[in-house]
Amino acid sequence: MPIDFLKQKLQRKESGTQYRTIFQVLHLDLYLLFGILALVIFGFFILYSASNQNLSMLLQGVLHIGLAAIIMFVFAQIPPYFYERWSTWVFWSGSFLLLVVLAIGKIGGGARRWLNLGGLHLQPSEIMKIAIPMMLACYLSHKELPPRLKNVLMCLLIIMAPALLTIKEPDLGTGILLILAGFGVLFLAGIQWRYIIGALLGLGALTPILWHFMHKYQKQRILIFLNPERDPLNTGYHIIQSKIAIGSGGFLGKGWLHGTQSHLSFLPAHATDFIFAVCGEEFGFVGGLFLLLIYLYITGCCFRVAYQAQDTYARLLAGGLSLMFFMSVFVNMGMVVGILPVVGVPLPLISYGGSSMITLMATFGILMSIQCHRKLIGN
Amino acid sequence: MSPLLTIKNSSQEAGLFVRRIIAIAIFIVILSLLLLGRLVVLQFFQHDYYTTLSDQNEIDLVPLAPNRGLIFDRQGILLSNNTPVYSLIVTPSRTENLDASVQALARRISLSQTDLDQFYQQLKTHRRFEQIPLKMRLSEEDVARFMVDQYRYPGFSINTNLMRQYPFGSTFSHVLGYVGRINQDEVAHVNPANYAGTNFMGKLGTEKFYEPRLHGQVGYQRAEIDAGGRIVRDLSTIKPVKGADLYLTINAGLQTAAEKALEGNRGAIVAINPKNGEVLALVSEPGYDPNLFVSGISQKDFNILINDKSHPLYNRAIHGLYAPGSIIKPFIAIAGLDSGKTTPTAQINDQGVYQIPGTTHIFHDWTWWIGQHGHGLTNVTKAIIESVDTYFYDLAHRMGIDLIDQYLTAFGFGQKTGIDLDEELAGNIPSPASKLRYQKAPWYPGDTAQTGIGQSFFQVTPLQLATATTILANRGLHYWPHLIYAERLPNGHFVYELPRQLPSVVLKNSTDWDVVIHAMAQVVTKGTGTSFGQTPYSVAAKTGTVQLIGKGANGANRATSANLRNNSTFIAFAPIENPQIALAVVVENNAPNAAAVARKVLDYYLLDEHHLPPAAETPHAH
Repeated sequence: MPIDFLKQKLQRKESGTQYRTIFQVLHLDLYLLFGILALVIFGFFILYSASNQNLSMLLQGVLHIGLAAIIMFVFAQIPPYFYERWSTWVFWSGSFLLLVVLAIGKIGGGARRWLNLGGLHLQPSEIMKIAIPMMLACYLSHKELPPRLKNVLMCLLIIMAPALLTIKEPDLGTGILLILAGFGVLFLAGIQWRYIIGALLGLGALTPILWHFMHKYQKQRILIFLNPERDPLNTGYHIIQSKIAIGSGGFLGKGWLHGTQSHLSFLPAHATDFIFAVCGEEFGFVGGLFLLLIYLYITGCCFRVAYQAQDTYARLLAGGLSLMFFMSVFVNMGMVVGILPVVGVPLPLISYGGSSMITLMATFGILMSIQCHRKLIGN
Repeated sequence: MSPLLTIKNSSQEAGLFVRRIIAIAIFIVILSLLLLGRLVVLQFFQHDYYTTLSDQNEIDLVPLAPNRGLIFDRQGILLSNNTPVYSLIVTPSRTENLDASVQALARRISLSQTDLDQFYQQLKTHRRFEQIPLKMRLSEEDVARFMVDQYRYPGFSINTNLMRQYPFGSTFSHVLGYVGRINQDEVAHVNPANYAGTNFMGKLGTEKFYEPRLHGQVGYQRAEIDAGGRIVRDLSTIKPVKGADLYLTINAGLQTAAEKALEGNRGAIVAINPKNGEVLALVSEPGYDPNLFVSGISQKDFNILINDKSHPLYNRAIHGLYAPGSIIKPFIAIAGLDSGKTTPTAQINDQGVYQIPGTTHIFHDWTWWIGQHGHGLTNVTKAIIESVDTYFYDLAHRMGIDLIDQYLTAFGFGQKTGIDLDEELAGNIPSPASKLRYQKAPWYPGDTAQTGIGQSFFQVTPLQLATATTILANRGLHYWPHLIYAERLPNGHFVYELPRQLPSVVLKNSTDWDVVIHAMAQVVTKGTGTSFGQTPYSVAAKTGTVQLIGKGANGANRATSANLRNNSTFIAFAPIENPQIALAVVVENNAPNAAAVARKVLDYYLLDEHHLPPAAETPHAH
């Protein structure tokens, strides 16, 4: 009802006049913002070193962050009901773009992850990182919770179809993140344990099919992960060199700008996927722990949003996005320290590269929107 | 949905949601602890291990190859040089669009299909940031063409290496040998530390024999390197010590003259200074261009050499085994005189045939085949001058093979002379034991008679002949024949090789030398060697003709085809009063006459000593 909406709005303004700070007016969550700022600053130090003190690369990184921050700000201004209303549309258009990318990739005869829109690289799988939690939250918020089997199966379809397309692109890392975050949403929605156990058993059975879906190089990476010495010069080389970098860092590290592994380019992809190894080498265990604590703090802030959210859609969306964030951190760090296969996931907000950073800041924008558009009476 | 149901579910849902969030929080904590645990393992427990690996990654001892010593002749003419060679190398990780660049370059400089194939082959097996050669031995023209456009080809660069170069080409090929890339077998035989930076080593000839002196001492640079093996920072350096320069006893002018005298034929010439054993010339014709082997000979070039009927790779001077033929007669004469089996005046009446007493087989003198019937009354002097076979059949028969072999051994036959080359063969002196070994046949008295004229299973090298001639010239003194004259150490000091004396041939009556030498002097004036001609210097010589097939005395199947014609041999020393040069010449298939060849060599050495060799032709690096 338009009239109800106006009333609501009036009411909120009235009650908020005394309490709202400038950040609340701008819909920015101060706790989350502080965490992001700490991470970005530390990240600049690492990137500066990892890029071999390449100032233009650092400025490019600042530019990415700046652009992403604007997007975060814009997303924070959009009220949650708006997201809810557009969830389905975002999901379908994202999926469509995913198909387009695959088709172009086929025509181009190689791997394609992005669409070139006049210089702007649009990566549909990045859109899906937000679209899948949105779609699931939207779908489940209209259903009885805990969800019934029929609805769970529907959710599985929502998760798996885009995820498998992404893996086929091939982008194994993002595909895995989509699946993990999607299941996280289902889990938060209260899916029964028997379904969870059933799903785990089913996954075990599905492994051979997934294996079949993978590209040769993806299979190779998993085999190499199980035994890096199998191929010490090629794929195994990444893992061996990153373990050497981190291991040789020790407790305090070799000092900022003094990491030999990355500066002498033994460590591949040291400014992108393997940047955590640079941190481990130069700042040691202390640096790694510090970085992990910042990530945990931010993850905590994100889940706080989910915890405090006032409706099912917001809760599920916030929960899903939070989990997506943490899993990105875990999958990247896990691969760099050698407990997970090399799947090509960047370290959130620190790895050099624009598109994942924009998705991530958009995520934070949505979370801030959820946090700052709460109806204060609910408190 | 009724409003009531929704509200009820809402609170239920919220409760469930909180529990699930707690579960996820626990999950996150577990994953974080997993990461932290892994960091603890890597950075505490395995820290030392990874520190070692990291140090190995970054600090490297880069071997600095020493410059190989040069080789000169005795007068300081450069025979074996190091010249800069340019190769085009590619670091794939630094290139932009490798294939396009290679194609563009192929239009600018000459790149063969082999170059491209090898390059793409290596591209598969190397890491992206390792350097791969695209073309070895760039011509200076190509270097210039590339340098002009270098900015267009990021990741491509020119490497300069020193490579062995032989300015005289084939002339010294059988003295110097050549260097080539070290292969797997050779790696096992050298000190790997000293050869860490070395790609080439001597494969043959002097280059091989004096490898330890020529090579030098490797240096090391302790340096910080990046993953591509490029030096980032120099930490400390131990300079390499250059190899010693060698001066050979070879007289480049004489060698060139000797080669020219033999040009176009198959054969060998060895000239030695009798006073000290210095080898003045060592020629085996045809030779080959050793430059072809340095950077790895192409299959095509190698096939040409290996299929050449005149076997240019075969060092006839030290490796060629020839029947000595009549050349052996002066040595048999010495043996006969010293053992008392003949005297300077003892005569036989030669009718052109010889029959061992109590047998029916008839041995013919060489005159038999040209329609004459012997030399008549013959003493040892005449026997040498006219090369009377029957005299030596008889003498040999009366001496017996054991006594003959004693003297032949004293003159160095049947054993290596010990020259400073690895490829030398020992040859064979005929004896019952060796006949049994090689021919699986018993010894007959006829074999002894044949030995007297240098036949039977008698094998000598031209070097052995020349060395034995020095003993004759020296009247018994025997010097070690050698190629090393002096060595210039890296500090600039010269170390000269002193003559080394070997056991002399001591005769009971030293006038026996005079008898034989006097006879040899007349060989060129009125004997078999008159084709040698008149000379302003005195020469003692002996000719020989060796039957290649139809070894049996009947000579029924004497061949006429050029390949199967007799070998012509010649030994000489001059001047007789004060011998300065002794030489042996072997010309396969008797063309031209060995005496004529020897004349040119002796003339050059004794008359035109001071002529300089023709200017070196520098082969172009194509």
